[in-house]
Amino acid sequence: MSHTPNTFRAGPDEHGRFGLFGGRFVAETLMPLILELEQAYDAARRDPSFAAEMALFQRDYVGRPSPLYLAERLTEHLGGAKIYLKRDELNHTGAHKINNVLGQLLVAKRMGKKRIIAETGAGQHGVATATMCARLGMDCVVYMGDTDIVRQKPNVFRMRLLGAEVRGVSSGTATLKDAMNEALRDWVSNVDDTFYCIGTAAGPHPYPMMVRDFQSIIGEEARAQVLEREGRLPDLLVACIGGGSNAIGLFHPFLDDPAVRMMGVEAAGHGIDSGAHAASLAGGTPGVLHGNRTYLLQDADGQIQNAHSISAGLDYPGIGPEHSWLRDIGRVEYTAITDDEALDAFKLCARLEGILPALEPAHAVAQVIKTAPTLGRDAILVMNMCGRGDKDVFTVAEALGVDL
Amino acid sequence: MAGGSARIDRRFASLKAEGRAGLVTFVTAGDPDLETGARVMAELAMAGADVIELGVPFTDPMADGPAIQRAGLRALAAGVTMVKVLDMVRDFRRTDTDTPVVLMGYYNPIYAYGPERFAADAIAAGVDGLIVVDLPAEEEDELVRFTDPAGLALVRLVAPTTSAERLPLVVGRASGFLYYVSITGITGTAAADISKVAPSVARIRAASELPVAIGFGIRTPEQAAAFAAIGDAVVVGSAIVQEVEQAVLDGAPATAPDRVRALVSRLAGGVRGAATPAAS
Repeated sequence: MSHTPNTFRAGPDEHGRFGLFGGRFVAETLMPLILELEQAYDAARRDPSFAAEMALFQRDYVGRPSPLYLAERLTEHLGGAKIYLKRDELNHTGAHKINNVLGQLLVAKRMGKKRIIAETGAGQHGVATATMCARLGMDCVVYMGDTDIVRQKPNVFRMRLLGAEVRGVSSGTATLKDAMNEALRDWVSNVDDTFYCIGTAAGPHPYPMMVRDFQSIIGEEARAQVLEREGRLPDLLVACIGGGSNAIGLFHPFLDDPAVRMMGVEAAGHGIDSGAHAASLAGGTPGVLHGNRTYLLQDADGQIQNAHSISAGLDYPGIGPEHSWLRDIGRVEYTAITDDEALDAFKLCARLEGILPALEPAHAVAQVIKTAPTLGRDAILVMNMCGRGDKDVFTVAEALGVDL
Repeated sequence: MAGGSARIDRRFASLKAEGRAGLVTFVTAGDPDLETGARVMAELAMAGADVIELGVPFTDPMADGPAIQRAGLRALAAGVTMVKVLDMVRDFRRTDTDTPVVLMGYYNPIYAYGPERFAADAIAAGVDGLIVVDLPAEEEDELVRFTDPAGLALVRLVAPTTSAERLPLVVGRASGFLYYVSITGITGTAAADISKVAPSVARIRAASELPVAIGFGIRTPEQAAAFAAIGDAVVVGSAIVQEVEQAVLDGAPATAPDRVRALVSRLAGGVRGAATPAAS
């Protein structure tokens, strides 16, 4: 992509590329479907009634705008930058995932699709999809790795209560990437009536663009809120990254503001050197998986390697292609936080702010703990609190050796 | 004796001269292990396979059903790599210079190898063509640039969802043969309704001169015979792969080549007994 020097926000190009990354690497059977989706999304974007319907749901059903909260005790404790938390964990269903699901399912409705399939790792995207399907009267099948089903029991039950069918996936590593494989297999087998609602800013074009657009409400709100509160743009944005949808949603509206630094935080698991991590940028190389070219955890032979993170939502061996591009051009800094650092941050955030972060944004909190003290007291930092930690209490208890 | 596209063309020309459709057989390379896998491959040709599709194992085979998924994992566990797949083809060529060998798999192992180096090494090893499941016409440039000059066929997949408007784009730069995926689904599931397949094959024939192979869901000699009557070749994969798996499950992996030979002989009989497109 030949990006003009004055904008980082023009991507993807007409081939769905962000530079080397992105594209449409899908089987021929699915190709006509993603071309149809691209047209449907394009038409929806240009239709004011689509935006109006989405805005109403965002306000009255999701509960937007989410607050921009000044974390005073955390700020004081760290003794550096002023820390604001974008409270997307207050959304209906407890995470940012519903921003994207709402948008995609309204597109699906316009396309006349009645059956929705989704993959989920932590269960947050699955819950959001099951929720919107219930609200819109659509059938819902969620694919979830057996490993994650064990790790995230409350969310599995939630999805079933919402009327979704949760199908366990035992193939491969039985985690998020395998759930995505299985969802693609379902889609290719049910091309006539099924809409695949992908949960992160990855997959074949137009998904990375579409998911980014639906999640950009996070950054748009944060931008307006911080300008109102502080009269200026923030110095630093911080967000965690699995596939990267909450991060691209926060970052994208600020990409053309050169003074705004951005940090995407991957999961370092037991440490990058241990090999047990989920940091595609820190420990991966470019490759092709799940319909797009992006950084992947893989061996020299192009076989995909297992990701590890204490957080099921970050446990993915790939990353959205726009992040791969932003990393290569140097616009965004990418770091990695270990399981232990995330757990410590989880505990600190709970004690100081009365907020249990999900283990995913606990990685972002850990990065804030590292970075905020290095910035002056007049610096402004905005972190995306993209999910709440209720779903993780069992995992955290186990990690801390507490028997519930 | 030129390989690559030329070997595929020769094989289909001789099938035409015989007045019959061809049998294309798929197995996963190095399943259940490298040594047994090589014997399985040799049996395919001797039992009557006209073209061999050798599956390159991949951790995340998104278009494949459980049988081929498991075969890939067995092969990976046995240490199969792209280099070893090419070695296997090189060994096969010592005794068989006629049977076309087409590697079938996903793009990432080729991308990791380096498309340019891969095209050169594949043709040198005796590979004749490639089928890359997740490389549609929109993305094929970066591989065709190297496969075409090397003389390696890039076999295009056509699906039931491929519209008449789209078909010229899909078959436009095709070589070797065309692979009609007769169902919307994954490998190893139910067979297509032949009455639906016939008009699709006719549509493809109108758009391209290349032979049309029909695959996905064909398991039995009877099904093979039925589809052989409308296509230039039929592809059988999962059913053969399951014979290998059964040998493993029976605790006798060494019997896999014999089991495969028995099934492929029956399939070849079915195909050879079928009416030909020309005759029907």
